[in-house]
Amino acid sequence: MAEYIHETGGPLFHIGRYMLMIRRCFTKPERAIMYWKETMRQMVNIGVGSVIIILLISFFIGAVSAVQFAYNLGGSMVPMYFVGLIVKESMILELAPTISGLILAGKVGSNLASELGTMRLTEQIDALEIMGINTFSYLVGPKIAAAVIMVPILVVIAAATGIYGGMLAGEFTGYVSSEDYMQGILMGFVQKNINVMLIKSAVFGFLLTSISCYQGFYASGSALEIGKASTRAVVLSSVMVLVADFVLAWLLLN
Amino acid sequence: MIEVKDVYKKFGTQEVLKGISCQFETGKNNLIIGKSGSGKTVLLKCIVGLLTPTSGHVFFDNDDYVVMDIEAKNRIRRELGMLFQGGALFDSLTVEENVRFPLDMFTNMPISDKKDRVNEVLKRVNLVNANLKFPSQLSGGMQKRTGIARAIVLNPKYLFCDEPNSGLDPQTSIVIDELIMEITEEYQITTITNTHDMNSVIANGDKIIFLHQGEKHWEGNKISLFESENPELNDFIFASEFLREARDSRVIKMKAKQEKG
Repeated sequence: MAEYIHETGGPLFHIGRYMLMIRRCFTKPERAIMYWKETMRQMVNIGVGSVIIILLISFFIGAVSAVQFAYNLGGSMVPMYFVGLIVKESMILELAPTISGLILAGKVGSNLASELGTMRLTEQIDALEIMGINTFSYLVGPKIAAAVIMVPILVVIAAATGIYGGMLAGEFTGYVSSEDYMQGILMGFVQKNINVMLIKSAVFGFLLTSISCYQGFYASGSALEIGKASTRAVVLSSVMVLVADFVLAWLLLN
Repeated sequence: MIEVKDVYKKFGTQEVLKGISCQFETGKNNLIIGKSGSGKTVLLKCIVGLLTPTSGHVFFDNDDYVVMDIEAKNRIRRELGMLFQGGALFDSLTVEENVRFPLDMFTNMPISDKKDRVNEVLKRVNLVNANLKFPSQLSGGMQKRTGIARAIVLNPKYLFCDEPNSGLDPQTSIVIDELIMEITEEYQITTITNTHDMNSVIANGDKIIFLHQGEKHWEGNKISLFESENPELNDFIFASEFLREARDSRVIKMKAKQEKG
């Protein structure tokens, strides 16, 4: 990373260029229908393409959380239905958005960086520019828009799957019955927590796609650079998801 | 007509183009030749606007492209077609979708008209029955033809070809060269081709610009090429023993002809 910054300019250079890219992503499209089609295609890639992995991981995160909370509550005066409540709140507020953000930073981030990096190195981006197309708004804009729409949907799916996974795990291990778990889930409903989850996931969607697209868009040199750009995309997106998680928790829950 | 006036391009402290001035004529295949690293690709990229010259001007029919605002540049860009070295076809689109892409983006034509136009240009570049193939299923020559079809689908006024023969066998190279020549004459467009393929230079050089270490060293055509006394040009063009012999026999024949005449 230090070598990368040294070779290509300091952090301020990258922040400035990233900001300019974001600004140019949201300019008037040459032909709206083409941008609409591209956004739909990206929604399928980013959203539908990630459902299986999100289901699988969030199911086990919820299951493990239920088992560990039940283990910690065992022998205490706290009733076991609190396991349901704790799993629900932790999935909604933290685990579903953050774990999904990190999974998508890996899966979608590396995919976007390598797609754009390949397009750059094979002159496909130059071909679009020569046609007079704003490559930022055509290639990057739809990806960001698709992620801002689809990541919250994926996070809602992740939260529901995680809570359900917790219930099955509690029943399977015998730590907490389904009835107790359901009682915990139904205890109290805080709309603000749902709002925080949706805001977090939209911000994570924006960050992970824009950072990954930036890395891919400005890849240069040999094919080796595509691999490096993908790695940088995943690392930077993951770090920024965690930083944004802290900042949003601080701002929204204060 | 395209005119390049006193164009300099620097990357950091390295000066790649050193005051290039030249004119590229309409209806002709204008060639830019030179060794690797002589600045050919940088000059081509400065002309099409992928790079901005450090100083100097590029005129498209008297309009200075360098100082234009982005909207005016985009208007000119819609009159440009470019054939890239590797084809630069969009991997996720079929041949038909690749060629139709500029029509989808910039015209309001009905879908049936677009289909007709795509089939017309694919036929023009002798690429039939490949509409539904993806770029990865095409040979190098077919990829170049698809690239040419995409470049001409909007009837451009200017066509740019970056090393159109690279990676092709000699026979396919000749086919691609002839296609570029035919299209240039048929549509009366200004074609600029960046090449170091000697067959191409000797056969198609209506106008030739020779670059050496970022400077224009020579300008002429395929006939005056044989009479040039520029040492760098001669070293570049007649690099092999075979080509030197070919030049000498041609010069002898020309002299004999002149003496007879």
